[in-house]
Amino acid sequence: MYVAVKGGEAAIDAAHGWLAEERRGDARVPELTVAQIREQMTLAVDRVMAEGSLWDPDLAALAIKQARGDLIEAVFLLRAYRTTLPRFGASVPVDTGAMLCDRRVSATFKDLPGGQVLGPTFDYTHRLLDFALMAEGEVPPARERTAEPGPVPHVVAVLDREGLIQREAEGEGPVPDLTREPLELPADRALRLQALARGDEGFLLGLAYSTQRGYGRTHAFVGELRTGTVTVEVEVPELGFAIALGEVVLTECETVNQFAGSRTEPPQFTRGYGLTLGRTERKALAMSLVDRALRWRELGEDFVGAPAQDEEFVLSHCDNVQATGFLEHIKLPHYVDFQSELELVRRLRREAAEGATREAAE
Amino acid sequence: MTPLLEVRGLTKSYGRSLGCAEVSFDLWPGEVMGIVGESGSGKSTLLNCLAGLLEPDAGEVIFDTRADGPRDVLRMGEPERRWLARTDWAFVRQNPRDGLRMGVSAGANVGERLMAVGARHYGDIRARATDWLRRVEIDPARIDDRPRTFSGGMQQRLQIARNLVTGPRLVFMDEPTGGLDVSVQARLLDLLRGLVRDMGLSAVVVTHDLAVVRLLAHRIMVMKDGRVVEEGLTDQVLDDPRHPYTQLLVSSVLQV
Amino acid sequence: MTDYNFAYLDEDTKRMIRRAILKALAVPGYQVPFASREMPMPYGWGTGGVQVSAAILTPEDVMKVIDQGADDTTNAVSIRRFFEKTAGVATTTRTAEATVIQTRHRIPETPLREGQVLVYQVPIPEPLRFLEPRETETRRMHALEDYGLMHVKLYEDIARHGRIATSYAYPVKVEGRYVMDPSPIPKFDNPRLKSEAIQLFGAGREQRIYALPPHCRVESLDFEDHPFEASKADHPCALCGATGSYLDEVITDDAGGRMFVCSDTDFCATRRGEAA
Repeated sequence: MYVAVKGGEAAIDAAHGWLAEERRGDARVPELTVAQIREQMTLAVDRVMAEGSLWDPDLAALAIKQARGDLIEAVFLLRAYRTTLPRFGASVPVDTGAMLCDRRVSATFKDLPGGQVLGPTFDYTHRLLDFALMAEGEVPPARERTAEPGPVPHVVAVLDREGLIQREAEGEGPVPDLTREPLELPADRALRLQALARGDEGFLLGLAYSTQRGYGRTHAFVGELRTGTVTVEVEVPELGFAIALGEVVLTECETVNQFAGSRTEPPQFTRGYGLTLGRTERKALAMSLVDRALRWRELGEDFVGAPAQDEEFVLSHCDNVQATGFLEHIKLPHYVDFQSELELVRRLRREAAEGATREAAE
Repeated sequence: MTPLLEVRGLTKSYGRSLGCAEVSFDLWPGEVMGIVGESGSGKSTLLNCLAGLLEPDAGEVIFDTRADGPRDVLRMGEPERRWLARTDWAFVRQNPRDGLRMGVSAGANVGERLMAVGARHYGDIRARATDWLRRVEIDPARIDDRPRTFSGGMQQRLQIARNLVTGPRLVFMDEPTGGLDVSVQARLLDLLRGLVRDMGLSAVVVTHDLAVVRLLAHRIMVMKDGRVVEEGLTDQVLDDPRHPYTQLLVSSVLQV
Repeated sequence: MTDYNFAYLDEDTKRMIRRAILKALAVPGYQVPFASREMPMPYGWGTGGVQVSAAILTPEDVMKVIDQGADDTTNAVSIRRFFEKTAGVATTTRTAEATVIQTRHRIPETPLREGQVLVYQVPIPEPLRFLEPRETETRRMHALEDYGLMHVKLYEDIARHGRIATSYAYPVKVEGRYVMDPSPIPKFDNPRLKSEAIQLFGAGREQRIYALPPHCRVESLDFEDHPFEASKADHPCALCGATGSYLDEVITDDAGGRMFVCSDTDFCATRRGEAA
């Protein structure tokens, strides 16, 4: 009995029902609230916001809940929502120099204006499972200290004062928007950085790691890594000044890399840059290494064939929503194409067999 | 008679370092020009500028086109230049891997230029590829093999066939015998000399090997630090070098 | 679903997509870059086609969605539901009644007529992609009409297999200028690319839209001595008896039993209805 082409509707409904039940899990265990995810799964929420390119902790938490904790699926949900939102304009560039830092470290200077602030980091924890967390219990409040007043200047500004680090040219014209314009290659740095900021953390991590292992090595030092709150402002033409819309948490990483020099330019350090939404430190670090590796042409370096140097390769493959969709589409039916391949192979085999018979006869 | 190629004041620098400067010469139909010099002398830069692969800072490269007579190649649009590159010009690279498609068969390598200019009869394309394999002394039975299964000398001969199949009038060669061992070099030079003569080709050959120009070139230019320091008939320059640098080149090579 | 605009996309986005479509129609076969949006279905599952459909749909349209020629395959169901929900348009399975048909991998058997639009879902729009992986290089090749490589591929097929071994996504030349990938339709469908209807191709992940205006000249690439051939399984349909339609092979048991049935379910059902 031939039934294969019927029943798609019923099957989809049944699958969705089952999915909803699986998402909820054992009904005897209390259901997670969005607020719990937002407050206690903050790094997951931050990753979803960073790769989803949308600052909204509540929606990101909802997406994680709906996606059963599959973060790429959650990023996808958030992106699909974001894309329907009207776009009123672009904010004034945020001033990360004025960031209220709750973490700020430099690997290039032992101490510096503004100080080293470890903040809430896993860095020096011992990775031992804490079985106390399995039992429910409140943690004692952390010790508090008043922040030292005063600005926290960027480390590269210190190097810049001596002319030790390469100056970045001011961008020209409006910054392109990848979510509103197609990616055109070759891309300028602003567009590249934008793509990397939305890119998959794991992909960028792998690429950055490959540069460290010699595939497009750039000898990176972490000049500075900072996380904190910045104010987002927007210019209102009628008012003639910028007004604050709210605050977002950002992570910024600037690397100081091997110096370049030429007959016309004395040696100078070069830099890579990473800026990401939320507390997404691994991503910001990786981004700055990949950014630096992609700058080989502009800095007069050799293309050594490393993946991280290949703009087209990196930008075409860093988006996990695109990647996972295309990867998974091979689950869809391909009967028609397969059928035509089947016909062709049969025909070729038949012809080969006939050829062999003919030869044998001759 | 009109020169096939007139080069005037060709200059190309990389930032502060000089590629080549103020190079001028004429190339006549059927003539082979050798450009010699050690590595870094600017000869490859010059060749790449002539072939439209590098954009020079100044100068003119005037080619006597079949349709419209002398035209400055550097001021042509890219489509027109590419068309020339597929029809009237050929470029033989030192490393055959740069000039061949290693992933497709020898027949397709030779046939590609024919197809690029509109050949659409499989049987004809294959017949011409077979003929050309024979002319460059490759067994036509290897027509469906990929070049990676060929020896270095065969690969280089295949590259020559791929380039000459459309009957170009001007061939650029960049160290065509470099990287081959001596006996293979001799055979290749012999083949090239025969093809150039039989087809009446004009060629610009860049090499650091004076034996190559001695055999192939009618005239030579000697380059040093991006400039032409001496030029003339090959035998004249090699037998009676005037410039101290040419004397040095000749003495260090020909004594062997 | 009241939180979303008609057919899901906001009007600005639709306008942007329509501009790309108009450009694509003006330069047949040329791939127009467009700012593809995230859609609520994954990339590779028809986002390009869905965006094109969303941009051209009007409330009066009657929509048909097929995948592999069938209206009832899961992805076709999912996309049809999406438009029922977000646009509230009428839907149909009848080719003749539809004004907009979104398809994956097939052209309906029933000839399309003026006034209909066929929207293709395209996975890889670049016909040169598997010969030359770099976008910057393939765009240059299109610009300079540098298509020798395309025939190199066909030459290699014949040298190796004795015939052109491309059976679907068979490349075509449009109006004597651009080489185009007709999306992974079987080459059996290629002759019907010349049509009275408007044909739009949307590639979401790759951010490209291209088009064939009505009556546009479309030639499948070939050699004079190895001409293009639209082939299919050499059987009649086991259900409706049609001999000229593209067939799916259905395995009926695990002892090698199989049957061949029309891939176009509407075509097959209509024929059976008429016969009854």
